[in-house]
Amino acid sequence: MGFIKNTTLAVRSINQKYARPHMKMTRRVRFSLGLLRGYLLFLVAIMVYKFVATVLQG
Amino acid sequence: MNILARLYYRYKKFLKVIKLYLLIAGPGIIVMVADNDAGGITTYTVTGAKYSFHLIWFLILLGPVAYYVQEMTVRLGAVTKRGHAEAIFHSFGAFWGWFSLLDLVLVDWLTMITEFVGMTAALSIFGVPVIVTVVISWIIMATMVLQGRYWTWEKLALVFCGLNLIYIPAALMIHPPAGRILHGSLIPQLPPGGFTNELFFLLMANIGTTIAPWMVFFQQSAVVDKGMQEKDMLWGKLDTAFGSFLTVVVAAGCVILTATLLPGQDISDAATAAARFIGINKYLGAFLAIGLFDAGFLGAICISLASSWAFGEVFGWAHSLNNKLREAPWFYAYYFFDLALAGTVVLIPRAPLVLITLFVQVIAVTLLPAALVFLILLLNDEETMGAYKNTRFQNFANVSIVAMIIVVSTLYGVSALFPKMLQ
Repeated sequence: MGFIKNTTLAVRSINQKYARPHMKMTRRVRFSLGLLRGYLLFLVAIMVYKFVATVLQG
Repeated sequence: MNILARLYYRYKKFLKVIKLYLLIAGPGIIVMVADNDAGGITTYTVTGAKYSFHLIWFLILLGPVAYYVQEMTVRLGAVTKRGHAEAIFHSFGAFWGWFSLLDLVLVDWLTMITEFVGMTAALSIFGVPVIVTVVISWIIMATMVLQGRYWTWEKLALVFCGLNLIYIPAALMIHPPAGRILHGSLIPQLPPGGFTNELFFLLMANIGTTIAPWMVFFQQSAVVDKGMQEKDMLWGKLDTAFGSFLTVVVAAGCVILTATLLPGQDISDAATAAARFIGINKYLGAFLAIGLFDAGFLGAICISLASSWAFGEVFGWAHSLNNKLREAPWFYAYYFFDLALAGTVVLIPRAPLVLITLFVQVIAVTLLPAALVFLILLLNDEETMGAYKNTRFQNFANVSIVAMIIVVSTLYGVSALFPKMLQ
């Protein structure tokens, strides 16, 4: 229990420490991060599709 | 007398430069040679057996690609004094930080399993049982870090890097056809049969094995742990360039070996090639098997360190190889835990190792583009990099290379999920 509690506290303090990005969010940075998000969503979608297709095929 | 004095002065100066280089050399050579890990050696041996000497030029082109990506980590590490994981948390916030860290942990762990598979397959050629290989590897890996000095670890790792060069004398031993090698190295060409789906998949595999996510995290953290400063950057770049040269020479050595001795043969992995070599020449087979073990070993120690450094940076643990065990218990605990977990999977009878290899390719695709995009953005941030930010030429080269890697690695990952796509 102590380990889980300590880890939760550590994660919370990391989240607080890095709550805000320190890099200046210029249009180029925002665009790149948006593109990255879209790319990762696409990958997650095809992985889910593959998983569902495999499960349905038995 | 004057000429002699000048010559002596130049000789002393040259010696001083070499000594300085040897002091600073390390992370670049280690990361590049470890890049030829068990999976890499398998890819090269399959490439040689299938397409003879026709693709050596392609491997040569991958040298600068690896250099340009890794050189960015040298600058970023030396300027910010932060590892890549910490730099992502700091600059892009907790969401992207956690995404990168957890993805890195998963990819690294899966890749380490493939390294242990390579190591055990290599030593099984000499009749060494799997459990003995795993336990001996654990002991050597633990001994390397427990002495509490980064310098010692680095020099030991360089010895293992030297062993990885075993493919070069092995390739020379068989007297390969020099003319055909030169032709395959200097003239870009497609193998007979043209551009097939199979060739495309193998080219993608070669690119995939040249740049892996752990390399970016490992070198940046190693640069920080070594304490490299801005003034050392030139040496760091030279180190990386020399490492990328070695990685190409070793890759070409593997291709030459199978292209000369096993042309047209269907080979599934490097261990199979080594076993067949033993039938031809027992020393040659032994060389390939030792090289494969070494490749897996180097890969495993670097990958495990990449994860441990990343965790240490983010959680604020002491995370230097200069720390003794009692000074950085969590850092070393994670290092051992990672290695123990990966080695144990190989010991499980009928573990789904093929599925794991497939997963490595797919999950790596989710992390590599993110790590490279963050790298480019950080290298363009004036506040972070100051005078060392990317120049216009560096941006042109780096963005082109990163875009190419993202497209190819995505196709590679997707084709691993849907193999019929390329048929």
